[in-house]
Amino acid sequence: MIWVDTILQGVLLGGLYALFAAGLSLVFGIMRLVNLAHGDLIVLAAYLILGVTTLLGLHPFLAVFLAVPLMFGIGYALQLGVLNRVLGDDILPPLLVTFGLSIVLQNVLLETASADSRRLPAGETAVEALNLGPVTVGLLPFLTFASAIAVIAALQYLFYRTAMGRAFRAVSDDPVTASLMGIRPASVFALATGIAMVVVTIAALYLGMRATFDPAIGPSRLIYAFEAVIIGGLGSLWGTLAGGVVIGVAQTVGAAINPEWQILAGHVAFLVVLLIRPRGLFPRAVD
Amino acid sequence: MSAPAYTVRTGTRASRLFGWGLLALLVALVAAPLWADRGMIQDLFFILTMLVLAQFWNLLAGYGGLISIGQQAFVGLGAYAMFGAVIVWGVNPVPAILLGGVAAVLLAIPTAFFAFRLVGAYFAIGTWVIADMARLIVSQWQVVGGGTGTSLPREARADMWGVETIAALFDMRAAAARDVLAYWLALALAIATVAGIYALLRSRQGLALAAVRDNVEAAGAVGVDAKRMRWSIFLVAAFGTGICGALIFLQNARIAPDAAFSVVDWMAYVIFIVVIGGIGRIEGPIVGVLVFFVLQSTLSQFGAWYLMALGLLAITVMLIAPRGLWGVISDRTGLQLFPIQRRLYGGRIAKETP
Repeated sequence: MIWVDTILQGVLLGGLYALFAAGLSLVFGIMRLVNLAHGDLIVLAAYLILGVTTLLGLHPFLAVFLAVPLMFGIGYALQLGVLNRVLGDDILPPLLVTFGLSIVLQNVLLETASADSRRLPAGETAVEALNLGPVTVGLLPFLTFASAIAVIAALQYLFYRTAMGRAFRAVSDDPVTASLMGIRPASVFALATGIAMVVVTIAALYLGMRATFDPAIGPSRLIYAFEAVIIGGLGSLWGTLAGGVVIGVAQTVGAAINPEWQILAGHVAFLVVLLIRPRGLFPRAVD
Repeated sequence: MSAPAYTVRTGTRASRLFGWGLLALLVALVAAPLWADRGMIQDLFFILTMLVLAQFWNLLAGYGGLISIGQQAFVGLGAYAMFGAVIVWGVNPVPAILLGGVAAVLLAIPTAFFAFRLVGAYFAIGTWVIADMARLIVSQWQVVGGGTGTSLPREARADMWGVETIAALFDMRAAAARDVLAYWLALALAIATVAGIYALLRSRQGLALAAVRDNVEAAGAVGVDAKRMRWSIFLVAAFGTGICGALIFLQNARIAPDAAFSVVDWMAYVIFIVVIGGIGRIEGPIVGVLVFFVLQSTLSQFGAWYLMALGLLAITVMLIAPRGLWGVISDRTGLQLFPIQRRLYGGRIAKETP
């Protein structure tokens, strides 16, 4: 019974990792850009929510509605002002620029918010539990997982059922031809990064309510997100959810055996998948 | 029709002049213990070791197209292998440095096996994952202090090869003599690294490497085995980085996983040095490390703001001058201190064509 419980906790943790990863997957799918500052942007969003919560005395669930447009704007401006200028066949400039951005963000947060661990005040939500027959799950992990499914379903709908999604797919396939059809790749990319930052903010909400965060934790969130994307298969959003679940289960099982093995077990699962299925569980894009 | 009388040369007058200047500089650097105080020796050690790390990363990213963010794995493992050999087997720390390089290569083989399955940006994060694994595993190695780290044993520090001779030669205390020893080793490593990379780039393999970087398919079509090139430079870079890591922590005499596998110290600084100086050129890391040292010694008191400024500088350079400071200088003046271009002199090729 303990093992069923452990695995269930792992699956729910996987929802959080899928939320980390969905934004990364979206941006990569559309513009082949890997944003090494992705994890630090999650942490930035967590601090933004914390700021709104403290200033206005709102519950994080309400504060997120103020943080979302802010983060969307940051993402839009970042893409338009900086990242669009480094897109191209050469992958070196975007990697180095986003790596620099990661270091800049960490240190700005360190100066403005100090190195202390913080947590979003979730009140009762943080401790409530749901009784699901034989097992009990925390309300917050359950909400995280439900949000991950909702976010991925929404992105899937946006991507394949709307005019905006058609524009995303068009510039992803061929920006030059897409621009002949009246689409401006630069604005489409900016919009995509803005949407990715909305997902990042939702991820930050749960990250901050479930555990403490500090300015230095961004890079390891990036690594988990990246592992989820690769395990799921590039370009597959539902695959990203599966990848998150694999990492989450591996980490909780590893931690159940020896607390020091938690992160290591996630990495090992990643390498094993890479060894058996180099293109991930549900590969779609050919990259 | 006489045989064509042209010659192929890579040297230029500037590069020959620079060569003599470099020789003079090296003589001065070898003699540094005579004219520099202990603080200056430590600064020079820092510059030389960062230069070595930057040269190897530049070889990977600038020439091999392999953008690794996991080189801290080799710094850390090299250092830990040196500490392990000293503590477990009682090896003298100086030869143990070589074991650091060997251990780094042993890690590089499985790393390459996994990471080469990932392309481009994903290769970068893949190497990062493996570096994080190395840190987590080493943190559980209790003999060398686990997560909290350990110091180099007192006896090992006292018996280090050459320290007594240096102490007698310059009439200095053992601690200062150890700094001189580490400095000379760093100087030798830096010279070997720059000379080795320069020789490689001037050779046929260097040409093949440039071809692979510029266009993998075209390089394959003329018979270059891209996969083998990538494997070999990845292993060479791991070896050099491992040795450099062992040397850094020999001088430090204290090690802990977070310091040995630090992303900021061994990756962010190194990337900034290469980007600011100019990626894909031997001169780049040299210019970069000097700029970095000046910034570090004037601004490091500002803590986090300093790192932020460094990151912003690197982003700015990447946006407005992607080939770095040396790229700007070289484009303006045509100056090449380590020329690798083959130029044709003499001959009558142009005149013969009707």
